[in-house]
Amino acid sequence: MGEYTNEELQSILIMQGFSGLSLFSVLLLMGLGLALIFGQMGVINMAHGEFMALGAYTVYYCSTLTEKFAPAFGPYYFVAAIALAFVISALLGALVEWLMIRHLYRRPLDTLLATWGLSLILQQSYRSLFGAREVTPTLPEWLMGSFAIKEGLDIPINGVFVLGLSIIVTAFLILFLFRSGFGLRLRATVQNRRMSGAVGINTGKVDRLAFALGCGIAGIAGAAFTTIGSTGPDSGSRYIVDAFLVVVSGGTASLLGCLASAFGIAQAQSILEFFLDGTKGKVATLLVIVLALMIRPQGLFPSKVRGH
Amino acid sequence: MKINKLSQFIKLACLAAATATAQAKPPTAEVNTTGLAVTDDTVTVGQLHSATGTMAISETGSIQAEQLAIDQINAAGGVLGRQIKVIKEDGASDWPTFAEKAKKLLVSDKVGTVFGCWTSASRKAVLPIFEKEKGMLYYPTFYEGLEQSKNVIYTGQEATQQIIAGLDWIAKEKDAKTFYLIGSDYIWPRTSAKIARKHIENVLKGKVVGEEFYALGHTQFGSLINKIKLRKPDVIYAIVVGGSNVSFYKQLKAAGITSDKQTLLTISVTEDEVLGIGGENLVGFYSSMKYFQSLDNPNNAAFVKAFKDKYGADSVIGDVTQAAYLGPWLWKAAVEKANSFDIEKIAAASPDIELSTAPEGYVKIHPNHHLWSKTRIGQWGANGQAKVLYESELIEPDPFPKGYQ
Amino acid sequence: MPLLLRTVFKTRGEAIAFGALLLLILVIFPIFLPVFRLNLVGKYLTFGFVAVGLVLLWGRCGILSLGQGVFFGLGGYCMAMFLKLEASDPVTTSIQSTPGIPDFMDWNQLTALPTFWEPFKSLPFTIFAVFFVPAAVAFIIGWALFKRRVGGVYFAIITQAIALILSLGIDGNQGYTGGRNGITDLRTLNGWDIRSENAQCILYFVSCSLLFIVVLGSKYIINTRLGRVLVAIRDREDRVRFSGYNVAMIRTFVFAFAAMLSGLGGALFVLQVGFMSPSIIGIIPSIEMVIFTAVGGRLSVIGAILGCLIVNWGKTTFSEAYPDLWLYLMGGTFIAVVMFFPNGLVGLLDKIPTQKGRYSQLIARLRKPPGSPSPDEDEALPADGTNNPSIRSNEHQ
Repeated sequence: MGEYTNEELQSILIMQGFSGLSLFSVLLLMGLGLALIFGQMGVINMAHGEFMALGAYTVYYCSTLTEKFAPAFGPYYFVAAIALAFVISALLGALVEWLMIRHLYRRPLDTLLATWGLSLILQQSYRSLFGAREVTPTLPEWLMGSFAIKEGLDIPINGVFVLGLSIIVTAFLILFLFRSGFGLRLRATVQNRRMSGAVGINTGKVDRLAFALGCGIAGIAGAAFTTIGSTGPDSGSRYIVDAFLVVVSGGTASLLGCLASAFGIAQAQSILEFFLDGTKGKVATLLVIVLALMIRPQGLFPSKVRGH
Repeated sequence: MKINKLSQFIKLACLAAATATAQAKPPTAEVNTTGLAVTDDTVTVGQLHSATGTMAISETGSIQAEQLAIDQINAAGGVLGRQIKVIKEDGASDWPTFAEKAKKLLVSDKVGTVFGCWTSASRKAVLPIFEKEKGMLYYPTFYEGLEQSKNVIYTGQEATQQIIAGLDWIAKEKDAKTFYLIGSDYIWPRTSAKIARKHIENVLKGKVVGEEFYALGHTQFGSLINKIKLRKPDVIYAIVVGGSNVSFYKQLKAAGITSDKQTLLTISVTEDEVLGIGGENLVGFYSSMKYFQSLDNPNNAAFVKAFKDKYGADSVIGDVTQAAYLGPWLWKAAVEKANSFDIEKIAAASPDIELSTAPEGYVKIHPNHHLWSKTRIGQWGANGQAKVLYESELIEPDPFPKGYQ
Repeated sequence: MPLLLRTVFKTRGEAIAFGALLLLILVIFPIFLPVFRLNLVGKYLTFGFVAVGLVLLWGRCGILSLGQGVFFGLGGYCMAMFLKLEASDPVTTSIQSTPGIPDFMDWNQLTALPTFWEPFKSLPFTIFAVFFVPAAVAFIIGWALFKRRVGGVYFAIITQAIALILSLGIDGNQGYTGGRNGITDLRTLNGWDIRSENAQCILYFVSCSLLFIVVLGSKYIINTRLGRVLVAIRDREDRVRFSGYNVAMIRTFVFAFAAMLSGLGGALFVLQVGFMSPSIIGIIPSIEMVIFTAVGGRLSVIGAILGCLIVNWGKTTFSEAYPDLWLYLMGGTFIAVVMFFPNGLVGLLDKIPTQKGRYSQLIARLRKPPGSPSPDEDEALPADGTNNPSIRSNEHQ
């Protein structure tokens, strides 16, 4: 790259580092909910992407309502919309758990298939309810620009926003799991379900809350991704395979694993895409992950839990 | 008593209808010698698009426009005095399903013609069936060219029509020398990029500083945007489609690449896509298309009004939607010129059919079954509508361009 | 002959079910359906090959692969490459800048046939490749994963990623593979026009016959020692391993065998549908093939084939009338099958007598001569068919 000045290369290096980081935050945000559900009950939720789309549609409706009834609130509605996305997705998650998932805990492969059926239904209901076309929420102007640090070095604000959000969500989740009574009961249930039941933990309720929480996080992710991607019936499904790979390469029950694998995959993809061209970069990334999984099938940080 | 009266009335009515028919329309046996689904009063046609699945996003507009045209034709008395009946089939965004449904329409339903398909892959899947079963397809999408069939009328532009005039304009207007080509990874963007590269290098004497293709549905363009910033092209030439489009433009804007600093010309963004992308993320960028909803002519004003009356004031009309609207009208013109519904005769009658009522202005069918059409450059505004800045002469369609392969 | 029948079918009921299927497919459909519909049934039946493989792999051995579309596609592409070369003779392609190569290569500025296409000029090689390529790929993937005791959800996700890689890879190399459009406009097989009605009838019977051979073969495998070991692996993997069986090798073998069947299905698909494209390989079709199997009955070979017929027939007829409702119906059916009838529709049939209590015992006694072995596994879902701890046990190593 002889034709570029040092300064330019420096800026690119910084921006490239940042785009890796922002990809990391995207992968983390979509993987977290899935990892929680998978770690807790061994359920792979194929409808995860549809919960994300639900979050995105929530933002869209908040944006439309704000424009109609409270235009002055325009720049700030987004934060409230994210909270609402969490609540709505979590409620739907709890409903799904109650109707469907709780009957299937002893058959993890079947939950994978049943949730796929659910994703078909959800996608089609979005299509019937909101139309087949993509929609755009009007995003607050402060989210859409960039910090121009100097000539040729711009850091996207939405990237910073998603990064910040994913750090906050992760921090809350860790606090919740390790510093709250519910977290304690949840971890106990994961480690030994029968014994937990015996000491008086309502494991059924724990499961429902965990599933709802995971879906709620998916809703937050979907809401946040309206800043960087599309809002349509199938926009959630675009992220789903990546999300699975993050979770599977991270190892099951470990949040640390999820963090590490999201980081690794993001860096690999962002570097490979920079030096190879588009599709080749993606294929190379996927190949690296699959090979890594062949060598280390338990993922980066396998769960040390024994038995149920 | 009552029954008698009724039967008398029916007789009278039939007689009246029969005399009317005899005056207005030729007998069925004469206009339909190959056993198509044509009766004395109706002609059945097929409509084959994806109403479900991922392509429903794009194809909805075409379905609506074709239906509108058919309704208007029926209201004006139909084709050769026969009302058009439509059999709708759903391709479900799945190419084998497209092939299956195409065969059903041609073999079981014996439809007079088919309006349908959107992606190249779906057209490629049904083309051998149309050729073998001797059907006729009106295909609305702008596409890569490299194809010509007597069983297809291509109502969208082929690649050279859409690309060359646009590139000429931007090179002259912006004094552009360096170009960065970005596309989704399939045949239309790749072929278009190839034509664009040849034109840039051989005719405009410019330079292509980057050419990249991303998988359909790709959502992360951070690395790509950094590469663009490093190479600093005069023009970004974008052929990104579908959901990726939204991510691409949102992330461009977030990275500070906006129209005040960077020229961007795309051949894949119509009013339909802008709905998903958001006008504010595209302000000032250019699209090269044959049709924009904002075109200022009486045909278009009537078309836009009829469309909005039928599908709501919020609905938008993109390039392909307009091209789909042409299909039924061109078919009607061909049937009337041939005075027959026979596919062979329609195919033979099609060349040189003119349509001066087209919303895009004026079109004419070339012997190679593509349309003569103009190319326009529109600049996007925040409201999701384009301002038309430039209009070319009528361009001859050339699906197998010499020197561009 | 009766002896052979007895090794293949455990009960008279099974033999009757098989006979009924035979009658339906070989006699009733050809008599009552027009060629166009018959051709569609032929297309559905090509998924039956995948389904039979899935019965062995998933129902019997407990391994869920979400990447069977990959092998279906590999077989299909091998066949499509042969047919495409035959359709691209120098005369028909004379308007190209390089006559004699497939049209999509010419559009992508290839001036010579790529080397890996060369062998596909030969029909015997192509037939060999249809079987061998999917089996070899499956063997490599399977061996690498099963040796490390990857199973359950992990295996499902990894195979899904492989499906994505292959479809992206085909998309990204369109000069060599036809890209997203696939390989289209296939006409003749060794000079025989495969698009004519006559040919479509013949191809229908050919693929039915092959399917029945496959069904009989699989039933035979299920009833041999190997079949019992498969079930044992599904239910108690560790005990089988401790008994001295090479579990990884057995699983790899079944995976490769299922892949070979899928490849054969893919080749027949191409012959009957006339094109091949990456959209038939990707994630969604791969999962759909699992659905066919689950709806019909993951434990029963015949059930799985019925599942293919029913789901696809439903898709064709209902989607013609109610495209929107169809997807709800499909999703709903799937959830219902997984939740309430894990053995699929065939399992449902078996349930009817048991609910009648005394009658069922009577029927069972009538069916089973005294002293015969325990009823076939087809009859009931094993106590913990898929709730076995293999997934968990993989996490612990």
